[in-house]
Parts: sequence; structure tokens; C-alpha cells
Amino acid sequence: MDFYLTALLQGFCFSAIALGIYISMKIFNIPDITTDGSYTLGGSITAVLLTHHLSALLILPIVIIAGALAGATTGFLHTKLKINPLLSGILVMYALYSVNLSIMGRSNIPLINFSSVFTWINISANPNHNSFWILLLFVIIITLIIGYLLKTDFGIAMRATGNSESMIRALGVNTDRMKIIGLALANALTALSGSLFAQLQDFADISMGIGIVITGLGSVIIAESIINWLRITSVWLSLTLVLLGAVIFQLVLAVTLSVGIDATFLKLVTAVFVVLVVSLPRLSFKSSS
Amino acid sequence: MIDLKSIHKTFNKGKANQVDAIRGVDLSIAEKEFLVIVGSNGSGKTTLLNLIAGAILPGSGTVHIDGNDVTKLPDYKRSEWIARVFQNPLSGTAPDLSILDNFRLAAIRTKSKGLSIGINEPFKKSVKEKIAMLGMGLENKIEQPMGTLSGGQRQALTLLMSIMDSCKVLLLDEPTAALDPRSAEVVMRTADKLTTEFGLTTILITHNLKEAFTYGTRIIQMAEGKVIKNLDNQDKANLKQNDIFDWFG
Repeated sequence: MDFYLTALLQGFCFSAIALGIYISMKIFNIPDITTDGSYTLGGSITAVLLTHHLSALLILPIVIIAGALAGATTGFLHTKLKINPLLSGILVMYALYSVNLSIMGRSNIPLINFSSVFTWINISANPNHNSFWILLLFVIIITLIIGYLLKTDFGIAMRATGNSESMIRALGVNTDRMKIIGLALANALTALSGSLFAQLQDFADISMGIGIVITGLGSVIIAESIINWLRITSVWLSLTLVLLGAVIFQLVLAVTLSVGIDATFLKLVTAVFVVLVVSLPRLSFKSSS
Repeated sequence: MIDLKSIHKTFNKGKANQVDAIRGVDLSIAEKEFLVIVGSNGSGKTTLLNLIAGAILPGSGTVHIDGNDVTKLPDYKRSEWIARVFQNPLSGTAPDLSILDNFRLAAIRTKSKGLSIGINEPFKKSVKEKIAMLGMGLENKIEQPMGTLSGGQRQALTLLMSIMDSCKVLLLDEPTAALDPRSAEVVMRTADKLTTEFGLTTILITHNLKEAFTYGTRIIQMAEGKVIKNLDNQDKANLKQNDIFDWFG
């Protein structure tokens, strides 16, 4: 049971990254690879500051700002220097590797016996249960903030930017600025995920972000399949499904491991799973028509 | 209202595929004028409209709107005065957003898009009332995504969206090119009605000579980046539909 609880906790940690990818991928149509770098950025900043005994309360805003800066850099490269968005993300992700390494000073920092967000409050004696409630609180707060944002006039303009650029420019929105803000927001969420995950696992590692964009994409794609299938238009329901996607994704991985598949093949299995989720709606559509 | 002075625009300057899209256009459009622009493909009509909208900036010359020099202002800053309807019904609206969301954005075209929720019951009611004006029965579908509507319905709604916020200039780039004759007529009638009712300065590009004949208070013909014919008020009224046909002979 604990095995699945851990998967659930990881799913909660990844809910922020899933919301971030939802913003960059679904709202702006930009496959943002910066994610891999900003995730590790969140983890490495958290590790260094925690080992310097800074309060986790202060660390979170710092992590959010750092992630936002990384995303804004990608946005700047894409909109102002007219570099292809995919390449912009790859470049920033690549550069962030050096940044992260210099922040940490070495490739791995253990965080055992340091206080973290998970030692803030003691709701339950079982540390896993304690983490569950704290993460749940986080997920609810983040979802409420993002959900509210998307409902505001600014949020509608943001959604329109990825949907019909000519229209939203004619309606007086600077789309370059909007994309930079959107990518900053997405990567701030990603960095937050990295920070939470480092604190949950009690270590930060320079390679913790490799391929993490797939986790985000997988979660969003699972959500999207359900959204399209049930023809959902509500913002709140869509966001909830994205969170659900993040949890389902982790549970599938947990099941994969528990049925005895070698952990070496975990990334391969993950990739195959994402391909399956993406293609399933199309495959079933073909057979029915 | 709109003043263009010795406008030139060249694309791909110095390259093999250089195009001199606009070669010295001087055009003054009075307030509340309904200007129709006709011309063959490649005559520079759409480029001229884009220059007025700010989607492209001129190589030389100046653009004034309502007495302001806007020559260097990008499109999103000119939206203070200008509303646009595009040739492609998909360009003027956001398909994945609901009709209501689209109208909300249109209602704050000249304002900043802030962090407050602007869609409330009074707003919904006012949108429904406006949409009911079209007589298309869309007023009860405002929560539907824009993409579920037909091209004609979307084009008519785009027109309506332009008067949700203060608007002085309405740019119509072949708004009916992708529509069936009936929808085209609804769209053109709405455009004409809005122009008179709200005292708009309207510019219409069209390939449909019947539309060019029926609507507008002034007509110009463009060819090779220049204005070659210019008829206003009485001259346009005296014009026969066949005369416009002959221009393209």
C-alpha cells in the first residue's frame, strides 16, 4: 500500500509541472523543453538553501522567481530573437545544466535530517501521511490560483494568444509579452515541482530533471484525452483532470514496477505508455468509423 | 479620420523575389466614410489595409489616425481606434474559447486585460442582447466554443465584437469571401448597419463587385500598388454595376 501512496505523493509533486506544461503546451502551443532545466533548478536551489538552514517558507518564493526567470529567458529568445520555440527551450535547458551545477557545487546534495516543507506541520505521525496532507494543501492552493487566473480577463487573453494570435493582436494584446509571461509562469510551476520533489526524496541531483518534460506531457495528454472524450469546456474541470493525469501517470509507473519490470526499462515503458495514450483515441476512432 | 501620405512598402528588398506592394499611395478617408477598395489580386489592397491596421509598417510615408501619428505603432496599440474582420473567419475569433470569452476580450479591446473576472451576469445579459440583434438564434449558445459555429456565424459575431468597445475605424478584409451568398448578405448588411448606427469609418476590401456596387459611400480601385480610380459620394451613386466590371476589362 505504501508503494502506491508514494506514487500518489509523487503525482502530487508533479501536479505543478503538469499545470505548467498545460499552460505552455495546451494554452500557448509551445513544447517547452526548458522544463527539464527549470525542474532541476528548483531542486538545486532548494537543496543549497535548505542545507544553509533557510526556512522552507522563504525558499519557495525564491524557487518560483528563479523558475520564472528561466522561462522568461526562453520566451525572450523565442519572441524577441525569433528563435524557434523548441530550440529556445533546448538552449536554455542546456545552459541551465551549468547554472545548476554551479549552484549545487557538486552533482548531488542529500537533504536527510534537514527541515523541509514536510516538517512544517505534524498532522500525522506517519511521515508519508503527513506529506500527503501537506502536498494536498499545495495542490489545492496552486489549482485555485491558476484556475482563478485563467478565468480573469488576463487569463482569457492568455488562452486566446495560443488559440488565435491574429485575433488577440487586433484586440490590443502584445502577444510577445503574453508568451514571455506564460512561459515564465509555466517554468515557475515546474521549478516548484522540482523543489517539492527534492524535499520529498530528501536529495537533489543534477540529473533529476532529465526527461521530466515527458512526465508533464504524459499527465497533460492523459487529461486531454479525457477532456476531448467527454467534450469538457470548463476551466476548473480541465485543471482537475490535469492533476488527475499527473497522479494516473505515476500510478501506471508504479504498477509497471510492481509487476516486476526491470527499473532499467522504466523510461522505455514510460515512452511507450505516452505513445499509447496519444494514439488510443485515434486507433479507437478508426475502428469505429 | 485616416490619412496616408506617400506610403511605400517593399517586401524582400534587394532579393530576387522583391515585391513593390505599395508604390506611393496618398489617401485621406473622412470620418464616417464607408470606403470600398477593389482591385485584382496582388494590387496591394490587403497590404494597404495591413498598413492601416499596423500589422505591417510602411517603408516610407506616414499614417495618421484621428489626428495621431501612428506610423510606428504596432497593431496591438492601434486597436485603440481600429477593429478588424479578417478574410478567414477563423482569424477573427478564438475557436477554443466560448462565444462569451471572445466577446469579453472584444469588450476590453482598448483597455488593459487585468487580473479580475469580468464575466458576470450583467455582462452576459448585454452580450445576449447584442447577439440577438443578428437574428441568428445564437444568443442562447454563448457558452459554446466559437469553433462549433459556421464561418458565416463567426464572421457576423466578429463584426458585432468590433462594437463591443469604443471603435472608430472598422477594417473589413474580404469578410464574405469564404461565405455562402446568404451568410454573406447577413454579414454585409450588419456591417452597413453598424457603420451608420455607430458612425464608424469603414474600409471594405472586396472581390464581389455586387457588394462593391451596393455598399459604401466611396470606391477606389487599386492596381500595381497605386490608387488608379477614386469616386466618391455622387460619382459612386451614379455608377452602374457594369461600370465596375469594365474597370477589370
